[in-house]
Amino acid sequence: MKPNDLPGPSQEHAVRQHWLSELAMAPPGMLEQLLGQIDATGRKPVTSWLRKPQTGLTMVRARAGGTGAQFNLGEASVTRCALQDGAGRVGIGYVRGGDVRHAELVALFDLALQDSTHQAELLTTVIAPLVAARVDVRDKASRQAAATRVAFYTLARE
Amino acid sequence: MNDPHSLLASPLLPGLDDPVHDSQQVFRTLLSALSSPARLHTLSDLPQSPPPLHAATGAALLALGDYETPVWLQTPSDAAAAWLRFHCGVPLVSEPKQAQFVLIDRPLTMPPLSAFAQGLAEYPDRSATLIMQVTGFVPDGPLFSGSGIASARRIGIDGLPHDFWRSWQDNRAIAPLGVDILFVSGCSVVGLPRSTDVQYNTASGGD
Repeated sequence: MKPNDLPGPSQEHAVRQHWLSELAMAPPGMLEQLLGQIDATGRKPVTSWLRKPQTGLTMVRARAGGTGAQFNLGEASVTRCALQDGAGRVGIGYVRGGDVRHAELVALFDLALQDSTHQAELLTTVIAPLVAARVDVRDKASRQAAATRVAFYTLARE
Repeated sequence: MNDPHSLLASPLLPGLDDPVHDSQQVFRTLLSALSSPARLHTLSDLPQSPPPLHAATGAALLALGDYETPVWLQTPSDAAAAWLRFHCGVPLVSEPKQAQFVLIDRPLTMPPLSAFAQGLAEYPDRSATLIMQVTGFVPDGPLFSGSGIASARRIGIDGLPHDFWRSWQDNRAIAPLGVDILFVSGCSVVGLPRSTDVQYNTASGGD
């Protein structure tokens, strides 16, 4: 490995965490479409199952106000799977809910993104559009909410 | 997951094909092996296990191990450690006494049975279960009796140290404490719980 131009382990982890998070939040339909694109350019990895998709429950923990003591917020169903490519790289997919195909898509993209030769390209062609789409949806939702804002006035009475 | 580079070193093997049902089936067989001691049981359709694990050893650890069951490997192996951590998340310990499951892959150089967790008088269940990989099983051998055996049963276990059965009698003497053993060879399993007595002579592998 080239020590100088590669990010350190922690930064590398942060980058991977970021793409795993974006992939897990993305709509599966959009991921299918993007998979078709990277398949067409030969970037889709050849994989075998390391852990077939399985759905289970996970305890979601939180902190009051983000800083207080930890408490159990509740359980959420999570689907996970792991794929492996010929080089021994492991792609993992964890998504909320029971969508098996979504978990598989996340693992596929995770594998493709770990290949350093295509990583920069895939970050712009796959992850950037996902971020843009998510921000767009969020923006629209907050605009809709803002449009229904009611301003209360206190009228001065005699 | 820890450092991604450590995963690049050697490809991992898949675990049980259908984790829920396959581990139930393995569990049922291990239960039968311990409830009818000294009888040969065979597991089928097992995934490939990394060395030095035999197929049945790997399946047993996948079925029984989780984050609460420390495992001690007689021969430390990176491939086996990575595989066990990935598929069942077991902690690997360096002290034999801390382990709930012990893998003995070279019985001839194994530590004495007293080196493993023996359980407490209040909690005899807090003892270790040994998975011992042996070279094979033959019909003729020491005579076993005890719970789960109607009168007596014979089975020969190849590849054990010459004084093994004497140390087994010491283990038997401290009942209800003491260790339980699963002998494994390939896909075959023979159970030997702490309640089983053995009668041996020099010709059948005893001292």
